[in-house]
Amino acid sequence: MIGRIHSTESFGTVDGPGIRFVVFMQGCPMRCKYCHNPDTWEISTGKEVTVDEILTEYNGCKEFYKNGGITVTGGEPLMQIDFVTELFEAAKAQGIHTCLDTSGITFTEHERNKFDRLIKSCDLVMLDIKHIDNALHRELTAQDNSNILGFAQYLSDNSVPMWIRHVVVPDITTDEEYLYKLGRFIGGLRSVKALDVLPYHVMGVSKYEKLNIEYQLNGTPPASEQETLEAKSAIMRGIKDRRMGK
Amino acid sequence: MMSYFAEEWKNFVPGKWSNDGVNVRDFIARNYTLYEGDESFLTAPTEATKKLWAQVLDLSEKERQAGGVLDMDTKVVSTITSHGAGYLDKELETIVGFQTDKPFKRSLQPFGGIRMAQAACSENGYKVDDEVVKIFTEYRKTHNQGVFDAYTPEMRLARKSAIITGLPDAYGRGRIIGDYRRVALYGVDLLIEDKKQQLDTAPVRMTSENIQLREELSEQIRALMELKKLGEIYGYDISKPAKNAKEAIQWLYFGYLAAVKEQNGAAMSLGRTSTFIDIYIQRDLEAGLITEEQAQEYIDHFIMKLRLVKFARTPEYNELFSGDPTWVTESIGGVNIDGKPLVTKSSFRYLHTLDNLGPAPEPNLTVLWSVNLPQKFKEYCAKMSIKTSSIQYENDDLMRITHGDDYAIACCVSSMRVGKEMQFFGARANLAKCLLYAINGGVDERLKIQVAPKYRAVEGEYLDYDDVMEKYDQMMEWLAGLYVNTLNVIHYMHDKYSYERLQMALHDREVKRYFATGIAGLSVVADSLSAIKYAKVKCIRDENGIVVDYEVEGDFPKYGNNDDRVDKIAVDIVETFMEKIKRHHTYRHGVPTMSILTITSNVVYGKKTGNTPDGRKMGVPLAPGANPMHGRDTHGAAASLSSVAKLPFKHAQDGISNTFSIVPDALGKAGLSMLEELDFDLDMTEEELKKAAADVQ
Repeated sequence: MIGRIHSTESFGTVDGPGIRFVVFMQGCPMRCKYCHNPDTWEISTGKEVTVDEILTEYNGCKEFYKNGGITVTGGEPLMQIDFVTELFEAAKAQGIHTCLDTSGITFTEHERNKFDRLIKSCDLVMLDIKHIDNALHRELTAQDNSNILGFAQYLSDNSVPMWIRHVVVPDITTDEEYLYKLGRFIGGLRSVKALDVLPYHVMGVSKYEKLNIEYQLNGTPPASEQETLEAKSAIMRGIKDRRMGK
Repeated sequence: MMSYFAEEWKNFVPGKWSNDGVNVRDFIARNYTLYEGDESFLTAPTEATKKLWAQVLDLSEKERQAGGVLDMDTKVVSTITSHGAGYLDKELETIVGFQTDKPFKRSLQPFGGIRMAQAACSENGYKVDDEVVKIFTEYRKTHNQGVFDAYTPEMRLARKSAIITGLPDAYGRGRIIGDYRRVALYGVDLLIEDKKQQLDTAPVRMTSENIQLREELSEQIRALMELKKLGEIYGYDISKPAKNAKEAIQWLYFGYLAAVKEQNGAAMSLGRTSTFIDIYIQRDLEAGLITEEQAQEYIDHFIMKLRLVKFARTPEYNELFSGDPTWVTESIGGVNIDGKPLVTKSSFRYLHTLDNLGPAPEPNLTVLWSVNLPQKFKEYCAKMSIKTSSIQYENDDLMRITHGDDYAIACCVSSMRVGKEMQFFGARANLAKCLLYAINGGVDERLKIQVAPKYRAVEGEYLDYDDVMEKYDQMMEWLAGLYVNTLNVIHYMHDKYSYERLQMALHDREVKRYFATGIAGLSVVADSLSAIKYAKVKCIRDENGIVVDYEVEGDFPKYGNNDDRVDKIAVDIVETFMEKIKRHHTYRHGVPTMSILTITSNVVYGKKTGNTPDGRKMGVPLAPGANPMHGRDTHGAAASLSSVAKLPFKHAQDGISNTFSIVPDALGKAGLSMLEELDFDLDMTEEELKKAAADVQ
């Protein structure tokens, strides 16, 4: 099977446990305002590769990945769920730890059988929840969050380990009430292993200029350490209250 | 040599080292105490250390304000005994000795070349005494003069065009490590006795080789006698073995000090001393003679002295090396040939100076890394690296195979058995320029003159891979021959006019001499050949038909992406050039080795290399060492490092460098919380929590 990728990175250190081989898939239906990889949005571009080619590249550097593995990210990798599933199955057959970095946006009940097959060979999901409020989520990403929250629940029901990520964007995702609500949602999930609260940064802006796409967050400063810490503690409070049954 | 067990050796386990001649390795093997604990025993700097270091910082600031040099000796030629004693604060210093009669005063060393010594002075605003200039011009020949007397016109031209570059023909070659530990273990008298015996039993059939050996042994004995006098200048009798830790460090340092008073080599490395010194410290601690604070103080003061080693050099030299390096490399740790780590408490104490005195580039603390090092030591190294960025690591598991377990690093990567092996340092051949010579039939692309033999240049508009390879092979053949012969001249003259008599006095009589060569521009060559093979490269000629630029049409595999199509070209070039080097006669039976190892000088080499077929423009720096060209390794660090790792160490035994920096944030997340932080977690069992925590490591 052929997949479309944007690129690979042989030394990923922030995309799951250990040092990882990272595959950036091409194509994404979301248009998050702060996206730092707008060059992965378009599905019809990128480079065509086979599962074998990716694993050959992986194995060329496998000494580095003793405590790591492979991470598929993007773009939104699940736009090419069949390819990702095949890649993960082949990776698992070689004993490689697999991690999926997704927004969960493509999850729907009627494709459930595909997801059932995928999670069998997926060791960890990194799920990025952009906003807990649907209207604000749509404002930020041009999509509803219902599929995403549904996917989180699905992973929880099936005991798939997950790390939840959340990006702190000044004025956009810093409202304490929503953060707390997000925490309560996360607190209701059973298989969450970690929470990663990331400060918004502006390192992707130059790509917009190159692609001639308007950058909608012009003027929004990077999130400070303080803002990030505050956001994190609000989420943590939500998780705690939910789990304590409050 | 030894007919008795010296009283200074009390409580040491005897062995070959005490019965059977000089053998420091045996002494260490029988007497060291492996330490597998953590760093909690380490102590803070003493008041004396703090005062002395504040004084050093003050002087450093004054030196900086003075434009880089605080004081220079312009009259007294530096020898082992040339200067009286110099101190920072005699009352506070536990380890004493400076290169001249005061700290921060640079010594005058004209034996490598009087003109270089003059330039070093004049460019820093000083002037060498007329009488000294007269002596070293009219009466006493220098290394530099000798070399130029023997150079061929072709050698001068190759030097001028910089196809061979960085040659130690006007400055000290360095890269020789005296076994300074011998001074402490045996005392100078026993070493003199040993050398006399070596002279007495040296061959008497007077070939030039044997005459040279006899003369050198006599010089070595003389140097050792002067070393004793150096001790006396500071009020110490170092004729006998050191009897305690303080003396051991002081004796050892006198040995090193004598070397840097006599030679301003490009790299004046220390060796492998921490575990040796630890044996003395351990003995004193066990006997209750010193405290841990005192032990650390000795080491702090010793390291402080090493940080203050300074040479008179020209701004041009400093530009080449991006600073004022002395390469006082000290090798720490490693594992012995039975697999037992050679880590002691003093391995920690040496690294701890980075805390007690603050981070510094010198001495170049180099950890010989093995997977078998104790875990706590590994963790401490990692911690200190993160904190200070001042530790170098080298692969002990790789080097131990060739050099055993008592080798050390000279300069940044050159490995040699201490006291048994030395190196003739040989700078670099620019293989990128060599490729341009192949294309242009030996005409230099910048100077527009014939430098190499007038081989047939390439014809036609586009470069043909097989045609270029054939011509490149011939040009490398020429370059290898010229290069080795140039080095033969240099080392002959260095031995003749600037012989390292003290350092060689701390070697065995029969030494293995490595004949170190080096290459620059490997990644440019690999990418250029890849472009010629996998894309189309069009030649652009000037009015005289010399190819001065290239147009690359299409894409091609680039070195640094773990792509065998191009990585194999790099490997082939390394092997081919090394094979060609090996075919030539080397001075004093030197064993040829090669390095791929520029760290900063690649910038200067780039300035002297024209446009290359990979699309690199004239003047753009070559990549350092074996690095891929900047920005062309697009698949991340693991792929980049994997490309470099393919280069065969067997053919580049003098070292392969890959300069690599990474911001701490790129090495993992600070913000990631495993949910174990929530102490109320209801869903996870203890086991799951541990696993989750382990996963993030």
